[in-house]
Amino acid sequence: MSHMDAEGIVESSWSGGTSPFAMNSKKLGMWLFIVSDSLTFSALLIAYAWLRLESPAWPRPFEIYPAIAFSSLMTFALLSSSLTMVLGVAAANRGDRKKAVRYILLTMVGGLAFVALHATEWYKLIVIEHVTPWSNPWGTPLFGGTLFGLTGLHMLHVTIGVIYLGVVAVGFARGKYEADDVEVSGLYWHFVDLVWMFIFPMLYLLSVNPH
Amino acid sequence: MSAHEGAIDQQHSGTTKLFVMVWVYLLALTGIEVFLAYERLAVILMLVILIGLSLVKSALIVAYFMHLRFERLGVFLLLVPAMVFCICMMLIWFFPDSMRLIELRPH
Repeated sequence: MSHMDAEGIVESSWSGGTSPFAMNSKKLGMWLFIVSDSLTFSALLIAYAWLRLESPAWPRPFEIYPAIAFSSLMTFALLSSSLTMVLGVAAANRGDRKKAVRYILLTMVGGLAFVALHATEWYKLIVIEHVTPWSNPWGTPLFGGTLFGLTGLHMLHVTIGVIYLGVVAVGFARGKYEADDVEVSGLYWHFVDLVWMFIFPMLYLLSVNPH
Repeated sequence: MSAHEGAIDQQHSGTTKLFVMVWVYLLALTGIEVFLAYERLAVILMLVILIGLSLVKSALIVAYFMHLRFERLGVFLLLVPAMVFCICMMLIWFFPDSMRLIELRPH
């Protein structure tokens, strides 16, 4: 895009001062972070798929009830928290601070429910089933390593996300942060949800006990 | 912001009804995935279907919840093709190498 000014000098988007992507730098920065983080998770998921394909006896220990029902409930909590987050962003863009903060708090509740359910599941696996990152009762030791590695990194993202949303909610309620900041935190939260959409089927649904 | 401007802005970033619809679709697709696991299909078939459904779900999240559909085309072109290219580069040796190792496995 270019135009001539009064002196006939041609200005273009490359001259600076314009926003070719029509978004602020914080939002663009978050998008670039999300792309890099999605490559980290892609690498881990591809490595997991490779190991699984190469191992003659990859364990498939999860029963529909309770393990799959439990992880489905976790998926429901995360998906619902994404809905409340997007509604919070919409409220923030409308300038309705009170409603936006309420939706962000609901999102945090969804995230905390996910972490609590996940911690319970880890407790069952570690204490009752005796699964560790290097051993398990069912065979291929790497099963525990990949499971705890992938879900652990994801749970770390969720935990950081809950803290991040808390900081944004307080800042937005006090007028320190603007709607743009809420939207940027929303991008991060939806990404965490998106990653789970791959971890849930690949780790849990593909490891349902075939008998 | 006037009510009219607010309505236009909402049209360009989605409405509550649209977000709830996307959420319902996401839940329905998750339900289908769990149902397939319950049916205990063959692993390869399950993998193909599940990855396909996960891609649809992630596209819904990115397009509507993350508003990428409402951003400029330039943003999509900046982010998505490069990411897809990198993932393809990760996968380039995945299938030949894993197939070779499966062939080497003692039967």
